[in-house]
Amino acid sequence: MFPAEFDYTAPATIDEAIRLLQQRDDAKILAGGHSLLPAMKLRLMTPAMLVDIGKIPELRGIEIDGSLRLGAMTTYRMVLDSQAACSRLPILVDSISKIGDKQVRNMGTVGGSLAHADPAADLTAVMLALDARLTARGPNGERTIAIDDFFVDMLMTALDPAELLTRIEIPLPQGRAGTAYAKFAHPASGYAVVGVAALLSLATDGTVQDCRIGVTGAGPKAQRARAAEDALRGQQPTADRLADAAQQAADGLDILGDIFASADYRANLVRVYTRRALEQAAARAG
Amino acid sequence: MTTTEAPTRLFGAAIKRREDPKLITGQGNYIEDINLPGMLHAAILRSPFAHARIKRIDTEKAKSHPGVVAVYTGKDMESLNPLPCAWQAGGVKNNVNTPRALAIDEVHFTGDGVAVVIAEDRYAAEDALALIEVDYEPLPVVVDAEEATRPGAPQLHENAPNNICMRWTCGKEQETDQALQQAEVVVRQRMINQRLIPTPMETRGYVARYDAGTDEYTIWMSSQAPHVHRLLLAAFVLGVPEHKVRCIAPNVGGGFGAKIFVYPEMAVVAFASRQLDRPVKWVETRRENYVATTHGRDHITDVELGATRDGKITSLRVTTYANLGAYLSTIAPGIPTTLYGRMITGVYKIPNAFVEVLGVYTNTAMVDAYRGAGRPEATYVIERIVDILADELGMDPAEIRRKNFIPPSDFPYDNGVGMLPYDSGNYEPALNRALELVNYEQFKRDQAEARQRGKLLGLGLCSYIEVCGVAPSKWIGLPGEGWGAGLWESANVRVHLTGKVVVTTGSLPHGQGHETTFAQIVADELGVPYDDIIVQHGDTLGTPFGYGTYGSRSAAVGGTAIFKSVQKIKEKARKLAAHLLEAAEEDIVYENGKCYVRGSPDKAKTIQELALEASVGYNLPPGMEPYLDDTTYYDPPNCTFPFGTHVAIVEVDPETGMVDLLRYVAVDDVGNVINPKIVDGQIHGGIVQGVGQALFEGAVYDENGQLVTGTLMDYALPKASELPSFELDRTVTPSPTNPMGVKGAGEAGTIAASPAVVNAVVDALSHMGVRHLDMPLKPERVWRAIHT
Ligand SMILES: Cc1cc2nc3c(=O)[nH]c(=O)nc-3n(C[C@H](O)[C@H](O)[C@H](O)COP(=O)(O)OP(=O)(O)OC[C@H]3O[C@@H](n4cnc5c(N)ncnc54)[C@H](O)[C@@H]3O)c2cc1C
Repeated sequence: MFPAEFDYTAPATIDEAIRLLQQRDDAKILAGGHSLLPAMKLRLMTPAMLVDIGKIPELRGIEIDGSLRLGAMTTYRMVLDSQAACSRLPILVDSISKIGDKQVRNMGTVGGSLAHADPAADLTAVMLALDARLTARGPNGERTIAIDDFFVDMLMTALDPAELLTRIEIPLPQGRAGTAYAKFAHPASGYAVVGVAALLSLATDGTVQDCRIGVTGAGPKAQRARAAEDALRGQQPTADRLADAAQQAADGLDILGDIFASADYRANLVRVYTRRALEQAAARAG
Repeated sequence: MTTTEAPTRLFGAAIKRREDPKLITGQGNYIEDINLPGMLHAAILRSPFAHARIKRIDTEKAKSHPGVVAVYTGKDMESLNPLPCAWQAGGVKNNVNTPRALAIDEVHFTGDGVAVVIAEDRYAAEDALALIEVDYEPLPVVVDAEEATRPGAPQLHENAPNNICMRWTCGKEQETDQALQQAEVVVRQRMINQRLIPTPMETRGYVARYDAGTDEYTIWMSSQAPHVHRLLLAAFVLGVPEHKVRCIAPNVGGGFGAKIFVYPEMAVVAFASRQLDRPVKWVETRRENYVATTHGRDHITDVELGATRDGKITSLRVTTYANLGAYLSTIAPGIPTTLYGRMITGVYKIPNAFVEVLGVYTNTAMVDAYRGAGRPEATYVIERIVDILADELGMDPAEIRRKNFIPPSDFPYDNGVGMLPYDSGNYEPALNRALELVNYEQFKRDQAEARQRGKLLGLGLCSYIEVCGVAPSKWIGLPGEGWGAGLWESANVRVHLTGKVVVTTGSLPHGQGHETTFAQIVADELGVPYDDIIVQHGDTLGTPFGYGTYGSRSAAVGGTAIFKSVQKIKEKARKLAAHLLEAAEEDIVYENGKCYVRGSPDKAKTIQELALEASVGYNLPPGMEPYLDDTTYYDPPNCTFPFGTHVAIVEVDPETGMVDLLRYVAVDDVGNVINPKIVDGQIHGGIVQGVGQALFEGAVYDENGQLVTGTLMDYALPKASELPSFELDRTVTPSPTNPMGVKGAGEAGTIAASPAVVNAVVDALSHMGVRHLDMPLKPERVWRAIHT
């Protein structure tokens, strides 16, 4: 509850932030602080300097046309307040409205959540389902990272230490498509014991053209439930087909157990919540 | 002509708590708010091992850290005595295997303090903790009470072979065994009453200021019993006379039992303040609160219940391993004995009962009273096994309860396991009312219909009794139940010359609303405006002795002390009025705050006028001392025994095992009710904590004695969003024990809720052959019960 001593700085530009991170390898980026500060208070993390990126205007904001673009410092609250984003992607409401509490949603950021890569975070799975493209900027300039390549391991991403996640771009599903997120929240932490994000897009004949399923909470990092996705492509999204596909949702996943839920039980939850997310997504696809 | 309007009766009125505006607008004064000039801050280094020998401690580096004023180890504090154990039930000694201010040679659990840093600010103190070097020799660890008693288990204390602290029994062993043998039906079950962490919103905290000029200590403490803490610290730990210690409990942000006890850190801050001649503050972090403050429950119990084929209970045998943790906490031995064993028969007439309790040391945090303290464990055992019996016999759970209730004609009732006689009770009306509220017959139809659709609905009953206002001193004290003191309460009532009435009480609130309830009692009895009554508490300097607030005893014991003081004031007021009105004392009537000669209410002296006369003292009858001021030391003749029936209705998700609490109905009988709003609030909070135990909470240690549920991210407390609106009702059976007829309401909800919810979940799964599930009913546990 009493963090170790640290320096604090709040650069005004991305480049300055990168320079600071390059100068000191004991520095850490501070976004909403709602993962970093709790860890520091328990002295699980003891960065000697915090680079607060909250004062960099270009990192904040929402743009929407063919795709939805979120600045990394966009808070959960800002996303929920965006009528345009929420009506196109109801999965954002499903997931974000269940993250922490009001205070957490007012402070926590989309970029912070993804960069932190907590194995039980919600947006990791959502971005996998939505096939997000992430933009990062570092000493060597800017690059784009596909979400499928972003989560490396527990609390580890493809970002380099001096690299900033700057933007998240989400393609907007075209035609008959539906998204949904179903979460089994841990009764203490509120994080996902299992969370399943689903995107279904239907061809004109009503069969499933594309399906992406992101699973969080189950293992060391957010993962795609590819077996279930494959089982569904080309099928009519009937209740039975969705249920059959969901039966395969845990296949091939890396699933861990803990004192609250064993690996077996988590696998069951993955199947149950996949079906629930798929049903909701199918209903929304209309 | 003046119309004399009778003041509305406040006893029984649901008025709002007068303490709330301050507390909910941030004007409260908690330990963290206390900042004294020159104050230093303490941080405590706790053992990373659950069991280890301390070979060497090097504090040099820590001492030279900027801002650090001193670092002490257990050796430096050897002059302080070990803390006392005040409730010596089962023959335990008062200072054997109790904690010291800091451990000296050996640590016995991960909350054990080994050193303290005193620094100019808390950050410096925390930084310096990392600079203290301790060489530990790890020793084998045991965390499970049953395992700890097995041959070859790791030993905690040399004087307690097999880690057995005490063996305690109550009831009739031979008769019980015989009755069980002869019983037409016997049901048996092992039940785990899991360990809980009390989790008050405000963690513990203490500020000590030693005054070298007067050689006195003042200690601000987040405490449920400052008088007791003063007594125990002075007489047993510091070795100074009682008047050299003043304890002050300011606003207390919850306790749930955990703040009844004397703790090592109290001694640590007192010691450091004296050494350094500066005030020293220590406020517990949440993590420390989890590892170092007492826990509750933690029983492993085997139950056998014998009955006739038609459901009449004949015999009950209970064997319990009670995990007491690494050392004896202040009243730990009394919880699984007097407050558990002697309550085991519940609301039922059970001719033969026997309870055996083994108190066991393990490498875990100390276990002591937690809301309900013993009665939730007892109620759980009996209410679960009665449901199991109903299932065995194919009887309706409500019917089997009715059949075995102690009938109203049997009161006062001797339960045969050594509890004092139950004062009053009428159990069936509360059960009937609860069933009516839930519409029991309709539910059974709904349940059957839901099962057809694969939905799992369940209804659980709990008909409980508990014991409150525990006393009298002669029974509970050393020659009887082993409590090393009395359990009376005292109160002083003074009517100032301005007409303001000041009540000082030895009990004190940490959420119960004493300032409101006690003023309601006085307003009615004395006939003065409610706003003129000031209730003071919490400071040993300004209040008469009290044993504290716990065990739902403040209204029944502390409140009665106030009530009796008011009677004494009224007597004196009548004498004075007789003198002033030139009438005989027998002819003076005291009514609505006025004294008048019977038949002529117009010529009255108000209590305010009498208070003025009494305080100036110009015209008093011969021999009368000035002032309206009286004190009562009240030692009740018996305990009180609230009761009631709670009903939970749940739905279980067969796919996940998740339990949804759909409805919760509680019909309680807490005797006469002083303030229904406050009683409802207590019942609400109590239910929430009981539901918490049933569904969510559970402290878990791994085999190395590490608390793996050490934060609020792992330890699940119940949340409002997981609960339905509670439906409350009451029956009223006044207590004959005290003049107000009150019983106690602080723990009833907690006691009743856990069994009601578990019974509901088991009912939901009963058609699948499920008879028992251990708490907490985590989704996985329920899911496995469904799918195996
Ligand atoms: C009480 C509570 C409940 C919560 N419940 C949930 C929940 O249910 N579900 C959930 O998903 N989360 C939950 N969270 C976590 C919350 O969502 C965090 O806000 C989020 O995980 C981190 O975002 P942040 O902006 O706060 O990042 P910070 O805490 O500031 O940073 C997190 C990490 O990411 C790095 N970082 C941040 N931004 C960037 C960037 N742009 N580029 C590179 N690195 C960066 C930081 O250096 C740090 O290592 C909860 C948190 C709390 C306190």
